[in-house]
Amino acid sequence: MPRINSPAELEELRKGILSKRDPDKPCITLCSGTACHASGSEDVAASIEEEIKKQGLSGKVDFRKTGCHGFCEKGPIVVIHPEKTCYLQIEPKDVPEIISQTIKGKKVVERLLYTDPSTNEKIIHESEIPFYKNQERLVFGSNGKIDPKSIDDYLALGGYSALAKVLSQMTPEQVLEEVKKSNLRGRGGGGFPAGRKWEECRNAPGEIRYVIVNADEGDPGAYMDRSLLEGNPHSVLEGLTIGAYAIGSHEGYIYVRQEYPLAVENVGIAIEQAQEYGFLGENIFGSGFDFTVKVHRGAGAFVSGESSALMTAIEGRVGEPRPKYIHTAIKGVRDRPSCLNNVETWATVPLIISKGADWFAQLGTEGSKGTKIFSLVGKVNNTGLVEVPMGITLRDIIYKLGGGIPGGKKFKAVQTGGPSGGCIPEEQLDMKVDFDELAKAGSMMGSGGMIVMDEDTCMVDVARYFLDFLSDESCGKCVPCREGIRQMLKILTNISKGKGKEGDIELLEELSQVTRDASLCALGRTAANPVLSTIRYFRDEYEAHIKEKRCPAYVCKALISYYIDPEKCQACMICLRQCPAQAIAGGKSQIHVIDQEKCTKCGTCFEACPPRFGAVKKISGEPVPPPIPEEARVIARKSKENE
Amino acid sequence: MKEREEVKTAATSNGKIDQIIDKYQGDSSALIQVLLEIQSEHHWLPKEALDKVSKKLEVPLNQIQHVATFYKAFSLVPRGRHEIQVCMGTACHIRGAPRILDRVQDLLGIHPGETGLDLKFSLETVNCLGCCALGPVMVVDGKYHGKTVPAKVEGVLKNYD
Repeated sequence: MPRINSPAELEELRKGILSKRDPDKPCITLCSGTACHASGSEDVAASIEEEIKKQGLSGKVDFRKTGCHGFCEKGPIVVIHPEKTCYLQIEPKDVPEIISQTIKGKKVVERLLYTDPSTNEKIIHESEIPFYKNQERLVFGSNGKIDPKSIDDYLALGGYSALAKVLSQMTPEQVLEEVKKSNLRGRGGGGFPAGRKWEECRNAPGEIRYVIVNADEGDPGAYMDRSLLEGNPHSVLEGLTIGAYAIGSHEGYIYVRQEYPLAVENVGIAIEQAQEYGFLGENIFGSGFDFTVKVHRGAGAFVSGESSALMTAIEGRVGEPRPKYIHTAIKGVRDRPSCLNNVETWATVPLIISKGADWFAQLGTEGSKGTKIFSLVGKVNNTGLVEVPMGITLRDIIYKLGGGIPGGKKFKAVQTGGPSGGCIPEEQLDMKVDFDELAKAGSMMGSGGMIVMDEDTCMVDVARYFLDFLSDESCGKCVPCREGIRQMLKILTNISKGKGKEGDIELLEELSQVTRDASLCALGRTAANPVLSTIRYFRDEYEAHIKEKRCPAYVCKALISYYIDPEKCQACMICLRQCPAQAIAGGKSQIHVIDQEKCTKCGTCFEACPPRFGAVKKISGEPVPPPIPEEARVIARKSKENE
Repeated sequence: MKEREEVKTAATSNGKIDQIIDKYQGDSSALIQVLLEIQSEHHWLPKEALDKVSKKLEVPLNQIQHVATFYKAFSLVPRGRHEIQVCMGTACHIRGAPRILDRVQDLLGIHPGETGLDLKFSLETVNCLGCCALGPVMVVDGKYHGKTVPAKVEGVLKNYD
């Protein structure tokens, strides 16, 4: 690889790459993000390679394994260029047909296309699928076009030109002004203006400064940072380098969870490639600016994603937070000024530089500019990553992009902001999504997790789940967090076991207040949000658990029982055979009965019972009817004609 | 017990640990990275290895213990031949992950963080694997089993010995 010493040489290089690429040459792209990987994209890749050879197309068709396309529900995703034909849920057995029909015959394989569930229409192009149509994929859009292991793919799309522009045409102050003008707010949770943080770090006393990428994405249910770092690592590196130039830093860190092995691998490769071209290292683009980046793997601790904790972890110590009377921008890693932003924030920077702060600031709402990537998961039809402009309503995200709730169930709440966020009920669905509106509703943006819950989700259980998570992850350094969370968890666990008492709700509210006011870091200060928001909007569910010992959503194990309705049971033996606890008595033509003593309430029988019978029922808040006497259990089979 | 002894000798007899430490040139701030590499090499952190790390990086053993017990990635006891991870992320939780975990626990008689006496399986819970679309997810030795239901668990575990 040649070393690139000036913006002109970069332009030459890009032209060189593009001239070798024939836009009309067929190219198969296959999503190879972690979710598609889990759905078998590796096997699909192998059969694509094999089939290309087998059908004599070696050299005549390109094959590219790209980063995450976002529509994880329908993975693995294959897109054929230049026609951009999009096939979903591809298995190895579909590959020969794709190659012979679509690549050779230029015909579309109808059965592999997306079917719009409302119109039953087949959709050929990715961009026309409702899930994608309503998105604005500025930061995330390149993911599906590039092989994350190939810097040339990134360069072909204009990569590193923002860095070249910054280093050749702008002073650090101008870069800083541009970012401030764009009003970019940190995408990691708090929404602190990035420009102000950069400025504070730049002006802090000291010779050595650090810039850090926070890729310790610990919020359960959020994976957009991973998909970006995994799928487009160079965009993050470019943003980081631009930031380093503005701040006056020459050393950077990428702190990434070891649970994300593919991200660690891809960002490592990206750093090597960038160094070879001279986009990292000494005298970048001949400007005299030096910058190096190191990867630091996190070893699995949620609290280490907090800025001060993350910085102690980089020093090789236990990642516990410290009080932040002095910001980490002034005293961070090794007590030196350190500027930390998350993956998505850094990846947005090159866009702001290339297209201008004004362009960026026209997107979004008054207080929150640009777009935001959300991970839309839970009880929603189209699970995946969506990038939308700030200010879109929750209803649009869940129904237009997400395609609504599966199985005709009723929407109950959407949880945003991870364990620090809260649950938002149906009546607030028309709220515009931005940093400030979500906070007003008692939740927060967080890093962008959006977990949809339907009528089968118990809100007490959800609050208990988050506190269980937080009590596990609290580092234990400060008492209000350590003890406050533990006591709240105890109360919630009791409520979910039917041991709740009058006054528990008030006690939870009081504990929440103290934990919120007195904890050291954001983990403790926001820990009460899941509790307070569920009490605020779903107090009736708490009361049902406490007063009636009833779980309205039939989730809390201790409060529910499974029961087979003798009127409906057809003695088909399906549930009886599948019950892992052998708790179901019965036989052929013998109505089945659950032995409540043996039942572990795993729900297998409920799922196994054919819907046309619907004999297995969940009961809560009332006694289980006594089993029908042995002699009444025999059923006379109806003859075939009567059925 | 004999098996455990064997694991121990294997872990310390080869020069791998020296190689890992040398790679970081005795930089004490690389402690977590060194431990991560030893962990991925041996699947646990034997006492002998920690002694060596302590000497070479000049970090007191108590500080190493602090790090090794604080982070989830480290294990101070030998791990089983097969690693089971049940995702407890929010999306998996509301799609029924606790029922999957219950089933695994019932079948193996071990709790999260534990290893069976026969050193066959180790069970862990993880907070999110980022495959929320496939939830509830169970991973065995890196292979993902998506959209799992309690009734399927036994069949999956049968394939390992």
